[in-house]
Amino acid sequence: MGGSNDKIASDILFEWLLRRGDTVLVLGHRVSEWCGHSPVLEEDIALANVALDLIGQARMWLSLAGEVEGKGRGENELAYLRDAWDFRNVLLAEQPNGDFGKTLMRQFLIDTFQVLQLKELETSADPRIAAIAAKAGKEAAYHLDRSADLVIRLGDGTPESHRRMQDALDQLWSYTGELFTSDEIDQAMSDAGLAPDPASLKSEWQKTVDEVLAEATLTAPDSAFAHLGGLTGRHSEHLGHLLAEMQFLQRAYPGATW
Amino acid sequence: MAVPTDTVWKWLADIPDPEIPVLSLTDLGVIRDVHWQDETLVVTVTPTYSGCPATAVINLDIETKLRQCGIDKLRLEQQLSPPWTTDWLSETGREKLRKYGIAPPVGQSGSAPASGGRIARLTGGDSLVVACPRCGSENTEKISQFGSTPCKAAYRCRSCLEPFDYFKCH
Repeated sequence: MGGSNDKIASDILFEWLLRRGDTVLVLGHRVSEWCGHSPVLEEDIALANVALDLIGQARMWLSLAGEVEGKGRGENELAYLRDAWDFRNVLLAEQPNGDFGKTLMRQFLIDTFQVLQLKELETSADPRIAAIAAKAGKEAAYHLDRSADLVIRLGDGTPESHRRMQDALDQLWSYTGELFTSDEIDQAMSDAGLAPDPASLKSEWQKTVDEVLAEATLTAPDSAFAHLGGLTGRHSEHLGHLLAEMQFLQRAYPGATW
Repeated sequence: MAVPTDTVWKWLADIPDPEIPVLSLTDLGVIRDVHWQDETLVVTVTPTYSGCPATAVINLDIETKLRQCGIDKLRLEQQLSPPWTTDWLSETGREKLRKYGIAPPVGQSGSAPASGGRIARLTGGDSLVVACPRCGSENTEKISQFGSTPCKAAYRCRSCLEPFDYFKCH
């Protein structure tokens, strides 16, 4: 037990854990913005519950990150007291909600990635990572069931819902490439048997997404261009606004609890 | 003078789940272990869902109850793995749920998907027959995959027309 892992340098493991934790934290906060605003009550509850799962997963990843870092920072310090350039989430997670369709499309694209990645992480050589992945993987599977179902129903729905889903896909597609980029951190994690190389998840992700989009009568843009930067702390302008709201209480009233 | 762990389990069986009070914590299957480490009682608890707001309340309730029962030295430990599953709901727990108006989980979690398709294979599928806890009819439909709490889905009975919660397999 304890904070050490002899297979890898702790600063690399810390960075990698931030990528996991920040992606679900930022996405969870985005989804929570729907609370009280959804088109129907059932969807309001569903979105709030998905957000809750994601924030719960963020707590597990960030607690472990704090433990690995060994500087006395816990989940709360990491979530509330870092600035935008310290966040390591993918850019896709911080994209604004847009309409209900865009929120669901973003969710579907990330859920598919999450399910595939978490499944691989269940066999991580680090039992702490494997335990979190087993827990989060079950929830991600539930999220994917729902988001895929709704992408199909709305894509293959009315002309208006189809148009909105196609617009969402067109807007978000160029943010999906970042999920599969692989750098020296991923390489080190993969070499140590701690995590899959994200690039290795691409083909399975593509097949799953293609199948759902085909059923939804939607067409992915024929472009491999990818916005990059989130994983190394270069974010779109949207993250700062999100953090301003998410971190307000701890920034204005340091140490506040209830 | 250590209290036998059997007695501690009986005390824990009296603590209601904060969200579904007809169930006790032992019905729910979240208590994984009770043992003495020297003079300290160690209770190992697993969370149901990682974001479940009841987790903190459950821990507080355990602590309060055991202190009332005279346990001074107490430590709660969280265990994530293996992850909690509805397969651990006790039989009496399932019957209590039904009487309370909540349909208990159907089948085993992680059972093979009934439908084809890549998503179903990835996620475990989703073609369940959930009987209405009020009239027993199997002519029911899902309204929403998420109900009043993350662990429940919202269903409607087409026979008696009542809405009801379904405690999802997890």
